[in-house]
Amino acid sequence: MEKFTKVTGIAAPMPLVNIDTDMIIPKGFLKTIKRTGLGVHAFDEMRYDRQGNENPDFVLNKPQYRKAEILVAGDNFGCGSSREHAPWALADFGIKVIVSTSFADIFFNNSFKNGMLPIVLPQAEVDLLMADAEKGANARMTVDLEAQEITTSDGHVIKFEVDQFKKHCLLNGLDDIGLTLEKVSAIHDFETKSAQSRPWV
Amino acid sequence: MSAPKTLYDKIWDAHVVSEDADGTCLLYIDRHLVHEVTSPQAFEGLRLTGRKVRCPEKTIAVPDHNVPTTEGRETHIDNEESRIQVEALDKNAKDFGINYYPVTDIRQGIVHIVGPEQGWTLPGMTVVCGDSHTATHGAFGALAHGIGTSEVEHVLATQTLIQKKSKNMKVEITGKLKPGVTAKDITLAVIGLTGTAGGTGHVIEYCGEAIRALSMEGRMTVCNMAIEGGARAGLIAPDETTFDYVRGRAHAPKGAQWEAALNWWKTLFTDDGAHFDKVVTIRGEDIEPVVTWGTSPEDVLPISAVVPAPEDFTGGKVEAAKRALDYMGLTPGQKLTDIAIDTVFIGSCTNGRIEDLRAAAEIVKGKKIKDGMRAMVVPGSGLVRHQAEEEGIAQIFIDAGFEWRLAGCSMCLAMNPDQLGEYERCASTSNRNFEGRQGYKGRTHLVSPAMAAAAALTGHLTDVREMM
Ligand code: SF4
Repeated sequence: MEKFTKVTGIAAPMPLVNIDTDMIIPKGFLKTIKRTGLGVHAFDEMRYDRQGNENPDFVLNKPQYRKAEILVAGDNFGCGSSREHAPWALADFGIKVIVSTSFADIFFNNSFKNGMLPIVLPQAEVDLLMADAEKGANARMTVDLEAQEITTSDGHVIKFEVDQFKKHCLLNGLDDIGLTLEKVSAIHDFETKSAQSRPWV
Repeated sequence: MSAPKTLYDKIWDAHVVSEDADGTCLLYIDRHLVHEVTSPQAFEGLRLTGRKVRCPEKTIAVPDHNVPTTEGRETHIDNEESRIQVEALDKNAKDFGINYYPVTDIRQGIVHIVGPEQGWTLPGMTVVCGDSHTATHGAFGALAHGIGTSEVEHVLATQTLIQKKSKNMKVEITGKLKPGVTAKDITLAVIGLTGTAGGTGHVIEYCGEAIRALSMEGRMTVCNMAIEGGARAGLIAPDETTFDYVRGRAHAPKGAQWEAALNWWKTLFTDDGAHFDKVVTIRGEDIEPVVTWGTSPEDVLPISAVVPAPEDFTGGKVEAAKRALDYMGLTPGQKLTDIAIDTVFIGSCTNGRIEDLRAAAEIVKGKKIKDGMRAMVVPGSGLVRHQAEEEGIAQIFIDAGFEWRLAGCSMCLAMNPDQLGEYERCASTSNRNFEGRQGYKGRTHLVSPAMAAAAALTGHLTDVREMM
C-alpha cells in the first residue's frame, strides 16, 4: 500500500446523506476481475445517463471537480452492502480523503485497507469544509495526517481524530498483510509445531 | 484442571498464532477454498506486491458461481464477464500452483460440496472461503466461515486471518424427527424461530439427538444455513458418522496419521458445564415440513399453514411483510398448498448432494412432472452427477421430465444463465429467497428436496407426507 502523509488537493462537495455502496458502485460492476479500473464507474447511476453520457449536473463531472481528491459528504457515507468494490472505485477515481459526520462501519474499515483516509468531524466543521469545497478548484485544502489537521483554502485549521494504529499503518503504507508478515516468524513457529501435532493438515 | 470448553473454544485455541492485548488474534487457517467471483482482485493484489501464496497445498480452487450447467461449457461461456472470471481462476490456479478442479474435471462442482467430497475438510480444522456459505464445513466440527476479498488476499499471503472471538450459542434439537421431515426443515425451522439476526456475533453449535441421528450430508445442510441465522459459523461435534464419512477420502489422512488424527478428533466436543452465551432448544417432534412464504429466510411456516398478514407481525417487520407479500404476489389467508409453482430447482450447496437427489427421486419415481413445469436437477459436483447416473436416479428424473444438468451453483443465484424470469415462482432447495436472488422479480420458496419434488409433480406447494 502507498504511504499516506499529506494531501493538498481539490475537495468536492457531496452534501447528500446516506450515500450507499450501491450508489458508489452498482452491482452490475461486481463481475470484474480487477480492483483497479472501477473509477470510471464510481457513482455510475448519478454520473451518467442510460446511454452513458455524462450528467453535467453531477459534481464530479463539473470541470472544477474532475480531479477532486477529497470528498466532503453528508451523514452516513458508505452504508449498504459490504462490497469492497466501493472503496476500490473511489480510490481508483483518485479520492484520498472523505470527510463526513459519520460512516458505515464496514466501508470505514475497508477504506483504510485501501489507503484512503475517512475523517469524522462534527456537523459545524463539516459545514465549514463543505462551504470551502463549494468555492471550486481554487479552494485547495490540505489534509495532514501526521499533524491530524485540515487546513482550508483560507488558512483555517481543523483538528481531527484518528485511530493511532490505523494512522501508523497509513503513514507507513502498511496494509494488514504487511503487518501480519511482521509476525511471520510466529506463523512459521506455529506451522513447525503443528507439523508435529497435526501432520495431516 | 482447566475450565470446561466448548467445541468452538477448543478449535479456536488450537489455531491462535498470536494474541494482542485487546483480544485481536492471528488465527491460523488450515484450508482456504477459492472460487472465481471473490478471488480475482486478491490474486491481482499478490501480483502487484510480488507476494506468493504461502501454502498453495492448503489452497483449493474451483469455478462454480458463473459456470453454465449445460454441455459445451468447457469450450464456451457466452457471457463475456463470466468467461473472463473463470479464465482468470484457471490462470491464477496455475500461476500460483494451487489445487484446482477446472470445469473439465469430473471432480468440479460447488466449492462447498467439493471440499468435503475430496477430504479437504476435516474435523478440528479452520476453513475459510470468500463465500458466506462456507458455514457448510462446520458439519465436520471444523471452524468454517466466509471472508471478504481483502481477507482472501490476506489468507493467500499469510495463511492466517486477523480475528476476534465470537460468542458461543447452542442450538439443541431434541428427540426424533417425524417422517417427511429433513435436515432442511430443521435448519429453516431454527431460522424461523430465532430470526435472521438471531445468531449475530455468535458461533452456533448444533447438538441433540435429532442432530446426532443425521447423516453427514444432512449435517452439512443444517450448518450451511447457519449464516442465514446471522451466525458467524455453525458447528457439529464430530463422531463415528463423521469419521466414517471422512475415512478413505482422497485427501484424508491414512495409516498412522489417520490414527493420530482420530485420537485428536475424539477430543473435539463441548465439555460438561461449558458456558454458552445463548441457548435455543427445539423438540424434533414439533418440526413439520416447512416452506418460506416471503423474501427473508426467516419467513418460514409449516406447509399446513396459511399466508400470514402484515398485522400478524410487530415493529419494522410489519412493513417488511407488506413489501414481501407484494413482491411474492401472495394474499394473506391463502393456503400455502394453494400456491402454484412454475419452476422447480433441486441443487445448490444446501441440497445438491447424493442423498438430496435420492430423497427427491424417491418421490418422483415412475411419475411425471406437471405439464408446463420447468424442473431442473443440478448435482452439486461432477462426482455426485456420476453417482446418480450409476444409481439410476438420473434416469428417474429424466423420465419424469426434469432437466439433468452439469454441476454448478446454477439457479441458486442469478449470476449464470439459469435464472427465473419476471414473476416466475420457484420451489427451490437453495438457501436464499431475497428479492431478485434467482432472477429479476423472480419469486422463491425455499423447501427440502422431497418437497421440491412433490411440487414439481402437482404444480403447487405440496405436503410431501401426502405422497409418501
Ligand atoms: S450454491 Fe448458492 S449459496 Fe452455495 S456457493 Fe453457490 S451461489 Fe453460494
